[in-house]
Amino acid sequence: MRALTRKMWRDLWQVRAQAVAIALVVMCGVGTYIMFLATLGSLRDTQASYYREYRFAEIFASLKRAPDALGLRIGEIAGVNHVDTRVVVPIRLEMPDFDEPVTGLMASLPDRGPPGLNALYLSQGRLPDPLRADEVVASLPFAQAHGLDLGDRFYAVLNGRKQPLTLVGKALSPEFVQLLRPGSVFPDYKRYGVFWMSRRALGQAYDLEGAFNDIALTLRAGANAQFVIDRLDELLGPYGGLGAYERADQRSHRFLSEEFNQLGTLASLFPVLFMGIAAFLLNVVIGRIVTMQREQIATLKAFGYGNLGVLGHYLQFVTVIVAVGVIGGTLLGIWLGQRLSLVYMAFYHFPYLQFSLEPMTAAEAGAASLLAAGAGTLFAVWRAATLRPAQAMRPEPPARYRETWIERLGVKRWLSQPARMIFRHIQRRAVKSALTILGIALGCGVILTGLFQQDTVGYMVNVQYGMSQREDLSVTFTEPTAYRARFDLLGLRGIEHVEVFRAVAVKLRHGPRSYRTAIRGLEPDGDIQRVLDARLRPVSLPADGLLLTDYLGTLLDVRPGDSLLVEVLEGNRPVREIPVVGLVKEYLGVSGYMELGALNRFMREGPTISGAYLSVDSAQLPELFTALENMPRVAGVAQRVQEIRNFNRVMEETMLFFTYVATMFAVVIAFGVVYNSARIALTERGRELASLRVLGFTRGEISYILLGELAVLTLVAIPLGLLLGYWMCYYIALALQNDLFRVPVILAPATYAFAASVVLVAAMLSGLVVRRRLDQLDLIAVLKTAE
Amino acid sequence: MTPQIDTDPAGKEAVFQARGLTKVYSMGEVEVQALRGVDIEFFAGEFVVLLGPSGSGKSTLLNILGGLDSPSGGSVRYGDHDLSVYDDAALTRYRREHVGFVFQFYNLIPSLTARENVALVTEIAANPMTPEEALARVGLAERMDHFPAQLSGGEQQRVAIARAVAKRPDVLLCDEPTGALDAQTGVLVLDVIARVNRELGTTTVVITHNAVIAGMADRVVYLSDGLVARVERNAQKVAAAQLRW
Repeated sequence: MRALTRKMWRDLWQVRAQAVAIALVVMCGVGTYIMFLATLGSLRDTQASYYREYRFAEIFASLKRAPDALGLRIGEIAGVNHVDTRVVVPIRLEMPDFDEPVTGLMASLPDRGPPGLNALYLSQGRLPDPLRADEVVASLPFAQAHGLDLGDRFYAVLNGRKQPLTLVGKALSPEFVQLLRPGSVFPDYKRYGVFWMSRRALGQAYDLEGAFNDIALTLRAGANAQFVIDRLDELLGPYGGLGAYERADQRSHRFLSEEFNQLGTLASLFPVLFMGIAAFLLNVVIGRIVTMQREQIATLKAFGYGNLGVLGHYLQFVTVIVAVGVIGGTLLGIWLGQRLSLVYMAFYHFPYLQFSLEPMTAAEAGAASLLAAGAGTLFAVWRAATLRPAQAMRPEPPARYRETWIERLGVKRWLSQPARMIFRHIQRRAVKSALTILGIALGCGVILTGLFQQDTVGYMVNVQYGMSQREDLSVTFTEPTAYRARFDLLGLRGIEHVEVFRAVAVKLRHGPRSYRTAIRGLEPDGDIQRVLDARLRPVSLPADGLLLTDYLGTLLDVRPGDSLLVEVLEGNRPVREIPVVGLVKEYLGVSGYMELGALNRFMREGPTISGAYLSVDSAQLPELFTALENMPRVAGVAQRVQEIRNFNRVMEETMLFFTYVATMFAVVIAFGVVYNSARIALTERGRELASLRVLGFTRGEISYILLGELAVLTLVAIPLGLLLGYWMCYYIALALQNDLFRVPVILAPATYAFAASVVLVAAMLSGLVVRRRLDQLDLIAVLKTAE
Repeated sequence: MTPQIDTDPAGKEAVFQARGLTKVYSMGEVEVQALRGVDIEFFAGEFVVLLGPSGSGKSTLLNILGGLDSPSGGSVRYGDHDLSVYDDAALTRYRREHVGFVFQFYNLIPSLTARENVALVTEIAANPMTPEEALARVGLAERMDHFPAQLSGGEQQRVAIARAVAKRPDVLLCDEPTGALDAQTGVLVLDVIARVNRELGTTTVVITHNAVIAGMADRVVYLSDGLVARVERNAQKVAAAQLRW
């Protein structure tokens, strides 16, 4: 081994604690990067291959009822590849040993051969026998949630008739990778499931023999999807078609895409943030380590080592540290990526996970780290190496110290001599001090980004379910119903208060922009269901006109006073204009709101409702469930408590993992910065402090000078860090917002306190280490050697 | 004062020739005129002691001769080459090929053993002796695998000398080599330097402010206030072992 290489390894050993701290920071940066990208890549690969293998359809449409022969005509539309007509109906179920309301979706399977599109992945059992009307396949998560085994029996209400069913298989479908009840954004596998039975049996139950009410199709390569959709709408219109839509609007796919986008956003934000901070630290720390070797660089040069040789030597030094970080980070990232993928797999029902890491991803992370470290090294080595060796070996000229502005403010007489030294030193090395402050501040701020989602989610739940949707139960009817159903509900025991609503599926258009959603007609001055303004105060519904979620206003580019074109997607599908009279604040979903009567007038219908929000006496809940289930018009009952529980469960399982990892990494980064700052300060000033000891200063006094500086810098850095952290959270929230949800930036005082404490503890521990070193300062040796 | 230009009686060629050499430093907020126009020559194989009080410009002159620093004005030639116009890369090559340095504070790399400190230089030299040979020459064959921190000051300085001579340099430049050593150890170190000069024929320039050391030189150059005050030739050289201070 060459002597210079040996020097490199031994120098590395000398600064091992700092090197480890730096490598850990790099590791966290690279680890997050790999974790997110590997997870995202794996999920996307898995999704693509699952869709391909199980032939997930590309265009979907629902309708009232059409004869099978129409399917053939649809197959003749130019660009259509394969058509599947089927029966899909919402159902209610009664599960043994579970007396809460359960709803689901029942889809038909072709009687001959396997389904052409949206094929089932059977994890257990078989497909239903077309000759047996009671055989069903259940979605795997539902079967698991209820502990169902093959052969188990339960009941479903099919077209108003209660019918026994036998479980013959458990399956997953590319149509239901995200399994959500309509109107809910969080899964509840116990109360909602998807089932499949034979076309013949389901057709008989719903009087749809030789007919269909749902269609899925694939396109030929290069086909014009919009053309197919338009033709499909024309053909299905007379049969009560509800408007065909592309895969992009398919519910499960839509949620999946949004979540992948979110993950993609996090995957670009967090690693960039972490890698950026790691790079910054690397740059500063390596720069200072190299600067401390100024004299050795001069000696090497005196003996004829060229600038490139010296630079190469230090680059090698840095490369080892970074390589350890990159390799460790890659392994850590893969491990965490697998964990994170599994967390997501609990919510995305893929039959398998293809975990993969693009070699390029790891290479990118490595290159970015090396580049950052290399730049820091280059700068520092260049500064040291371009000095004439004679100059580099001379002690630096006495630094130009001045009275600081703090002293000039007139507080001088209260500052002791050591305190003045602290302030003068900070001011004299203003850039270095500023960089240290910035480094510590970034470490502090990044902790907030890990924790803010938790605070925010708590806040969102509180607003959504505490201030806006305050019902105990919501009931939806199978179809729009006369207003008097309100009184039927009021007559049930246990119901304390009823507010009815009308929900109409619509497509809103404004110029070239359009959005599919629902308009909800609410009772004026309702107390259960309220819409909130920007400052979260309840808004009283206007007598006429439409209120829009503020984010939908942005999406459609409308302001109060503008008009929207509303395409109603039910009944005879009228298209009418309506004025937007205001915007309301919502964190989850986007929709339009109207006063109930105004919506009925807009629909040109009598007093009609789609469902009701109830507040109930919880003691009477079981009886109430039974009573509601026995009302034939009730399609489903949802319990707000369950929504909150589902919400919290999803958040806990996905976000806690993320929060945990991000916070851990942030803490490591914060420690890395503070520790390195302290160690470097010690090395840079050891001589000066030893001289003070010789002059009679005590250990405590010199510790005060050095640690006092660290304390001042830390105390300045913490508020700055909290501010930076808030900004980082703000940008993350901005990047995460979409029509499914908007994340407000809410940071609890405890979160700020935690971030500040981590930095303080890091500073104190680093201070202790430095203090121990200060106690061991070899006074004689320091004075005998040259600077 | 007119500087005295000396010629070598034996007619040897000048290794170094400085003319009107000036050097100005800015130290913080003050400017220091270190050299004010030095004219001097050094001849092949001779042992020269540069004597003068601190601040007289000895180190500055030595650093310029060794290519560690560039003059502010005037010229300095090494053989046929004008060092004053050399850029950094050329100076690096010059130092690598021709110059060996010994510094007052040894400037050993603390993370390398004695042998490795010497190897650091032999690895980039064209025709070096082995580190072992170089260390044997300075009497440290037994302590080759010790780190600087495990060696006494005198031993460290001898490692530094071994490191300087291992490449068989044309010139050996020593800046206060005994400045940090006690008399007894200092004598030992000077003896090693004299032996290298004698046995390898290396042109040797030693800076000191200890006038006693002047006795072992072929010539003594007195610097004062950035100028050559006078040059003396010793009729009789004294062996290092006989020096006492």
